[in-house]
Amino acid sequence: MAALVVLILIILMCLAAPLYENYVARTDAFTSNVNGTYVVDGQTKPVLEASTEGLGLGVNPIGPTWSSQFFLGADNQGRDVMARMLFGGRNSLVIGFTSAIICCVLAGIVGIVAGYFGNAVDAVLSRALDVLWAFPVYLLAICLSVVLINSSLTIGPVTLNSGSIILPILIIGIVYVPYVARPIRGQVLSLREREFVQAAVGAGAADLRLLRREILPNVLPTIIVFLPLMTAINMLTESALSFLSIGVQPPDASWGTIINDGVGLLYTRPMVAIAPGIMLAITAVALNLLGDGVRDALDPKARLRGGV
Amino acid sequence: MWRFAGKRAIAALLVLFAISVLVFLIFFATPGVDPAARIAGRNASQETLAQVRQSFGLDQPIWVQYGVMMRHLFIDRDLTSFVNRGAEVIPQVQQAIPVTLSLVIGAAVIWVILALVMGVLATAYRGTAIDPIIVVLGVIGVSLPVYWLGEVVNLVTQSRLHDTIFAWVPSLGYVSLSEGFGPWALHLLFPWLTLAVLYAGIYARVLRSEMVGAMNEDYIRMARAKGIGEWRVLLRHALRTSLIVVVSLFGLDFGALIGGAALLTEVVFGLQGIGKLTYDSLQNFDLPVILACVLYAAFFVVLANFIVDLLYAWLDPRVRHV
Repeated sequence: MAALVVLILIILMCLAAPLYENYVARTDAFTSNVNGTYVVDGQTKPVLEASTEGLGLGVNPIGPTWSSQFFLGADNQGRDVMARMLFGGRNSLVIGFTSAIICCVLAGIVGIVAGYFGNAVDAVLSRALDVLWAFPVYLLAICLSVVLINSSLTIGPVTLNSGSIILPILIIGIVYVPYVARPIRGQVLSLREREFVQAAVGAGAADLRLLRREILPNVLPTIIVFLPLMTAINMLTESALSFLSIGVQPPDASWGTIINDGVGLLYTRPMVAIAPGIMLAITAVALNLLGDGVRDALDPKARLRGGV
Repeated sequence: MWRFAGKRAIAALLVLFAISVLVFLIFFATPGVDPAARIAGRNASQETLAQVRQSFGLDQPIWVQYGVMMRHLFIDRDLTSFVNRGAEVIPQVQQAIPVTLSLVIGAAVIWVILALVMGVLATAYRGTAIDPIIVVLGVIGVSLPVYWLGEVVNLVTQSRLHDTIFAWVPSLGYVSLSEGFGPWALHLLFPWLTLAVLYAGIYARVLRSEMVGAMNEDYIRMARAKGIGEWRVLLRHALRTSLIVVVSLFGLDFGALIGGAALLTEVVFGLQGIGKLTYDSLQNFDLPVILACVLYAAFFVVLANFIVDLLYAWLDPRVRHV
């Protein structure tokens, strides 16, 4: 329960991002603010100061003020990190959640079709899953992102612009399909041998009816259990891709891109990198606990992640 | 056992072949993506594009390109980079492999030992305070972004505290094992710990739940009935059967590590391994290097899965006959 409350709080915080931007921080989170100024103790100071350390190259953005403006400080373009983090959270959450839905739906279809129809269909689908399974997930996601992220993609009538967040959603959704499809296929294989399914076959039920009335209701809890866990994994994957600058594209933000921005400032303004990481970790912990809770409620016998 | 191993080996080779085709298609045949345009740069003229295509052999049919690249990679072993023309790819990969293996194997040793100790202790003292600790460690491990944890570790060990408490931590980078075990291990210590933290908790949790399940089995009751001591029952009887699940989990994670978490860790800690090489070649779209790195990574993943299959069959003889 606590996990759900934390998750809802984080979602509400991110939904309130425009309010924070307009009324609390009074700034624009997406345009660079290199020559901006900030008033502290009655003195006007520039948001970015020329760095005095080291070679004197680069800039030293304002640090965390812990007050309404620049709560967490500014990034190297003088933008308010707190406001960007709230907006970035929207992207992280949206990408994590939608890609988890895509993944679970695709995996459900693949797993059910492979398990139910068996024989040649199963052989083809299982071998394809085996190949994806042996392909390190991150590597596959990175390869796809590098090829696709900077070029607009046209599939039939739909055109995806370069830098659209649809691309990371699709890529992340697809690469994790084997992880969910495999257990579902196994479950469908054993369901098909059960008496109630055999009885329905004996009663002359057609394939579609069997799938809809007998198989799907029994597989659905497993798919639902996977949803929060996949959301957590997908958010982490998205942030990793964004960290490698092949996920969400600037000026758009996600927690991963902000951590990436923060790496350059790590030793002078560590908050830029630390804060979004903490948000990400809290969200992922909440989602994982939620997943464990959902599993205990729906499907106590389910075995995910090895034995637990 | 040998028949089983042979069958698995053939399957592994087929998977490797399929992966090489898949990677090749991703980079050379994705609709709407022209590798020549990437090499020539933005706003290149038609003549330049045609010249690039011809010079890199991109005007040939796709299967010819695949064959040529695989021949250069595996038979002639003289594949050259698209970006630094003339620079051979295979020596770069060979230099990078020990770095990645040092990182992954060292981290794996640490987290497996930690997980074994925690898992066995949690089983022996189940129902006490150790249980929730392991659950929490496991959840945190699967929830932390590895690259972020690495940056935080860097911040702690390389920044202000570097002058005082962490003065013994060397600067980022890799030192070859040939320069002595001490410097090698010291340079890799924090990358190892960063990775191990992520995996130790979840492994301990998996091991504990398997062992607690095994403790209710008949063969444990039998062992106890024979008068075998509790610790010996735990270690010799419950642990061995419970290791099966851990071993198969390890095979999967090893793959995920080589291709993902290790890549991020190498980038964060400045280790010139396969992951860093892949990352650098992705930055400038150096296709031959990318292809070689991905195939080498995939090779280790498939090899790990193959070894896991064999271990599995050795630990549980029933598997051999499926």
